[in-house]
Amino acid sequence: MPATVTTLPGKTDSATLSAMSARRLYIFAGIGLITCGLLFGDIFAVFILHQNAGRQGEALIAACRAVAAGDAAAVNQAFSHLGDLLEDRGTKVDAHVHMIGAGYLALMLGLIQPYVAFSRKAKKSLAVLFVAGAILLPVGIFLIHYVGLADSPFAVIGWASVLADSSGGLLIVVLVVTAWGFIQYLGSGQITEPELPEEDSMPRRALLTGGTILVLLGFLHGAYYAGTQLYEHERQETAILQRMIDAASTGNLDAATAEVNSFGGLAGARAVNIAAHSHVIEFGLLAMLLSFVQPFVFLSEEWKRRWVKVLLGGSVILPVFVLLELKLGLLAGGIADIGGLMVVVSLVGMLVGIVRYTGSLDTAEGAR
Amino acid sequence: MTASRKLLICGGVILAAFGMLYGVEYALVTEHQTLEHMGGSLAQSFTAAAGHDAARSKAALHEYGETKYDYVREVDAHSHWIGLAMLMIVLGVIFDRVHFGEGIRQGIAVVLLMGSVLFPLAVLLQTYHHGALVLKALAVVGPGLVIAGLTATAWGLARRESAA
Repeated sequence: MPATVTTLPGKTDSATLSAMSARRLYIFAGIGLITCGLLFGDIFAVFILHQNAGRQGEALIAACRAVAAGDAAAVNQAFSHLGDLLEDRGTKVDAHVHMIGAGYLALMLGLIQPYVAFSRKAKKSLAVLFVAGAILLPVGIFLIHYVGLADSPFAVIGWASVLADSSGGLLIVVLVVTAWGFIQYLGSGQITEPELPEEDSMPRRALLTGGTILVLLGFLHGAYYAGTQLYEHERQETAILQRMIDAASTGNLDAATAEVNSFGGLAGARAVNIAAHSHVIEFGLLAMLLSFVQPFVFLSEEWKRRWVKVLLGGSVILPVFVLLELKLGLLAGGIADIGGLMVVVSLVGMLVGIVRYTGSLDTAEGAR
Repeated sequence: MTASRKLLICGGVILAAFGMLYGVEYALVTEHQTLEHMGGSLAQSFTAAAGHDAARSKAALHEYGETKYDYVREVDAHSHWIGLAMLMIVLGVIFDRVHFGEGIRQGIAVVLLMGSVLFPLAVLLQTYHHGALVLKALAVVGPGLVIAGLTATAWGLARRESAA
């Protein structure tokens, strides 16, 4: 190990990230949830997303054929299949988004622990509840498509939805209680544990500045999309559907199929714009959050810099190539997936550094 | 802790809890019904066309467009409230590194928080008044405030400490 490693933990550090503390749990769970969420998103994009879009087009063409044949029952059958495909896709996207979102919240809660005026035990209990809710929420959402309404006493809500909603409720309770603890801190002004160590290193500055720029770029892109394309895309959607129905009604299946393709193209254009917008902001936030845990990444300066570069590189590659999917097709999609994997690899690299740090911390504590 | 940091962290936590509460309420009370209605309207539009009832088909397609317009905005409001709340909390933690006087920092924090509350609210209110120009304008002002606040924050982060 080169001489420029993060300093070995001392007594103050052990209080900052002590064993079994709420902060340690939040940081590990946060990075773990974000890594799993990104990995799940990559697997979803490669193996499910495009295939699902193709099957949606097939279902719409089947509906057009049924309209041309005047067969209302076949129309309903086609739409039942389409609804199934949309639920399959939607619940997987939601599981991906909620897992990452919960990971961000966990990291943030880890940061604000010194300003939550509760006992160490109470904060630990809250952290355990949060992590349980954060794991069960995406699992519940993922299962909605497979469990359906089986054995459910409700008309439209299945047991998987109940699990997801209850887990969401648990997260809200933890947040509200944490807010109460923060309000109590505002009254007393006394921090309950040491603040995060100050460190003016290159990895920290790069993550903070890069993250802020990524978030800003994401906002600018979102504002541009909303201002120039969003309303037009909404108008086009019903216009294409109307033309599709008109063509199918007159038995012109070639024209109807062309409209199905236009509909798919429009859905693709909306999806890539929204995905690019949300991913660049999410990665910006992630970079900013990870800047705070850099003092705990027990790796050489060179490796810390390497992981930061890989993370920021992946954070730019993914959204840019998601946008380019419309022009370059699957090639761009593949490059975007590699961008996502770069972020995952860098997160795992940093997590390894934090595990090494806490390991040395616990060993030093044991020796004392 | 400075007032600007308190404002951002406190405001962020409250906004996140509110956004989640809205999300749970929406998922329990509205979302399933909205999705059923949206899919049902589109299917009805095609079924009516199969039965050569063009007027009913058109009306059902219009209903689908209106429902989807609402659905997209309701989900967007939920995700943007929580996303912006997280941004507020993170900025709150680093706000002492924004090298401006505390007065300016408080101004930036107020602008960021106002934008974060206003933008999703304006998007959500569009579901009650489709196409209302005032709400569209507010949906532009909201992100404008956040972008302005973020630009000022990035500037403050880039400034030297002695310049504050």
